[in-house]
Amino acid sequence: MELHRLRTLGSTLPGIALGVAAALAAFTSPSAAQGWQPTRPVTFVIPAGTGGGADQMARFIQGIVTKHNLMNQPMVVVNKAGGAGLEGFLDMKGTPRDPHKLVITLSNLFTTPLATGTPFSWKDLTPVAMLALDQFVFWVNAESPYKSAQDYINAIKSGADHQYKMGGTGAKQEDQIITAAIERLTGGKKMTYVPFAGGGAVAVQLVGKHVDSTVNNPIEAVAQWKAGALRPLCIFDSKRSTYTAKVTETMAWSDIPTCKESGVDIEYQMLRGIFMAGGATPDQVAYYVGLFTRVMETPDWRQFMEQGAFNQTVMTGPQYRQWIESADKLHYDLMKEANFLAN
Amino acid sequence: MEELSALWGGFIVVLNPFNLALMIVGILLGVVIGVLPGLGGANGVAILLPLTFSMPPTSAIIMLSCIYWGALFGGAITSILFNIPGEPWSVATTFDGHPMAQQGKADEALTAAFTSSFVGALVAVIVITFLAPVVAKFALKFGPAELFAVQFLTFASFIGMGKGSPFKTLASMTLGFALASVGLDTVTGQLRMTFGTAELLTGFKFLTAVIGLFGIGEILASMETGLSFAGTHARLRLNAVIETWKKLPAYWATSIRSCIIGCWMGITPGGATPASFMSYGIAKRFSKNGERFGKGELEGVVAPETAAHAAGTSALLPMLTLGIPGSPTAAVLLGGLLIWGLQPGPLLFVEQKDFVWGLIASMYLGNLAGLVIVLTCVPLFAAILRIPFSIVAPAILVICAVGAYTVNNAMFDVWMMVMFGIVGYVFNKLGYPLPPLVLALVLGDMAESSFRQSMLLSQGSLTIFWSNELVGGIMTLGALLLSWPVIAWVLDKFREAKPA
Repeated sequence: MELHRLRTLGSTLPGIALGVAAALAAFTSPSAAQGWQPTRPVTFVIPAGTGGGADQMARFIQGIVTKHNLMNQPMVVVNKAGGAGLEGFLDMKGTPRDPHKLVITLSNLFTTPLATGTPFSWKDLTPVAMLALDQFVFWVNAESPYKSAQDYINAIKSGADHQYKMGGTGAKQEDQIITAAIERLTGGKKMTYVPFAGGGAVAVQLVGKHVDSTVNNPIEAVAQWKAGALRPLCIFDSKRSTYTAKVTETMAWSDIPTCKESGVDIEYQMLRGIFMAGGATPDQVAYYVGLFTRVMETPDWRQFMEQGAFNQTVMTGPQYRQWIESADKLHYDLMKEANFLAN
Repeated sequence: MEELSALWGGFIVVLNPFNLALMIVGILLGVVIGVLPGLGGANGVAILLPLTFSMPPTSAIIMLSCIYWGALFGGAITSILFNIPGEPWSVATTFDGHPMAQQGKADEALTAAFTSSFVGALVAVIVITFLAPVVAKFALKFGPAELFAVQFLTFASFIGMGKGSPFKTLASMTLGFALASVGLDTVTGQLRMTFGTAELLTGFKFLTAVIGLFGIGEILASMETGLSFAGTHARLRLNAVIETWKKLPAYWATSIRSCIIGCWMGITPGGATPASFMSYGIAKRFSKNGERFGKGELEGVVAPETAAHAAGTSALLPMLTLGIPGSPTAAVLLGGLLIWGLQPGPLLFVEQKDFVWGLIASMYLGNLAGLVIVLTCVPLFAAILRIPFSIVAPAILVICAVGAYTVNNAMFDVWMMVMFGIVGYVFNKLGYPLPPLVLALVLGDMAESSFRQSMLLSQGSLTIFWSNELVGGIMTLGALLLSWPVIAWVLDKFREAKPA
């Protein structure tokens, strides 16, 4: 089953994250002093629009770097959102070996080139670090009768074809991929996928009942959940979230069942990772690994991770590269199956 | 009157020397940002955002929102003086503002623009102060169908704009739609009309087009007429502000209409740009002086400026209450909220009273401070026109080029700007109107995705546009406006047919 392959994406041991972070700290702290240092302002490219998940994270990182004075040069954030992020990626591809440029990625690193047939691949970039994996949660309006994912899937099964509407960000991107995966469990009934420009807008469309469900990232929908307007059905991860602090009066992130528990055997998480332009030298990569390690050590970062219920998996080096390779393959397979590939 | 006491608390937060100083700095920076084409309010706020991380959140938002007000004020200056809209929402201001400057009435146009901006903002802030919860619920009613209805209404209110042949208007608008469709199609995820080039991936940037069509086109036209610029013989009138204020009350009806349009478009994420176009179109349709619009009518400056500022201000409301930004600048501010440790959304008003009411109080004070600052500078701005055109023109060209470059940090955009300049010149020569092209370019994209989202939701049935009172009402209003020329013609015939 394809679903098994989906599952490999999120399966990481909890210890790895801490272990890697500690190893990195030990490895980079001494070398950062005499190694490569930026000599010009560093441009941080966001291949997405303002206000979305990647934008929030990049601007937050810029805030931490500035606030804690972690870099000897300023960090400049630039949105290059055109063509579902292609603008940003092609910009990075166009300046190989420029060590003063970083890009934050989301799943469009894999999906956009596949959907548009544009000659770009992650191999044109140099992987630096995975900062976290972003979760996806299955949301419905709080006034809807569906208490569990199974309730909702049953409703889709017994409803008319295309009756239930799924709102999501972009076309042939992660939200629509998850929708395609859900449709394999609905007994041949399709959903109507409606693409919107950004995650915040998607959450509001669900609050306004213009769509029936969404698979928003936690940070995009948390405010509406807190206000009692949305209900989370399940989280698309192999295990429940580790954040146990109450978000609403009765529920914490950890109280949301996994989709598998609810009989919807789907897992999907999104890379929040950092890349440099192609052909970066090892000491340049080491510098940025050190920088991001220090970013992740700040209390601000921990708070941000909790707010957005991120899966705090950190990877660098060959392990990160391996993960990207498997994720690339996974997205190819998923998109091929859903018929999203460019001809 | 719970709001009044909360607002009073807000004023106390704002009225300390540090916050007041930040407010003035913000306004001044904002005016500069608004004047420079290309460097829009959103970019300006984004660039300055890191400076605020070490400030308390309330001070930070005061400064950033004042930059935003400043940019809203500043956008009008270059539109009126040089026919170069510094911001997308001041395009409609050029239609009458620049002709006024050419007639030597730049000071009047500037005063009218600034004063109307202030009125628009004030009304919007009052709406935010007293109606925030109600209005937030109203914004939730807007799905794709409702948004399309609003965009349809904007086009409909604008369709009779062209002075010449309606077919030329149509041709111009169609070209605008064609240009708007270049780039990635948001509904299918396919690239359209990019011909395999990386530069066209992002589509045609509205600002590049506008700087070229209006700014460069204008300079080309002036060069042809022997580098003369009619505005240069304008006398400097120090009492221009007072004189103009005496004329403004006559336009109360236009002003009220524009405030309503502006607040509405800001709250339902339509934005300041469509608001200014719609308001101009409707003012032209309903004003007694409608046929003189486009030739330097004061009312033609009042309408778009009031609406743009009302929309720009009320766009902050959905950001605060729903966490959805009503404009690109609001989107950047939204990112700021998170970094300052605030969670935008329905509970912000409950959990962060000081912050929210401090912001609202700063909207009142910031706009007032902004008005005083820009009004004092009116004679100064108007005096720029007295510099010989042969000296100003190269400077404008450089500023335009820098502006076009800033949009995307790409040289390609500068060449694009030059090309659009030539298109603008040719259009003027052949009598094709530019506004429909610009309108289609800025709204075409949004209108298309709203329409196709609606079609997905309804599975292809057009009845979705009449599926409830709200969307049906707006669509019907749009249809009426669209067919108004025909209706007026029939009514005329009817009156002629039975002479009293």
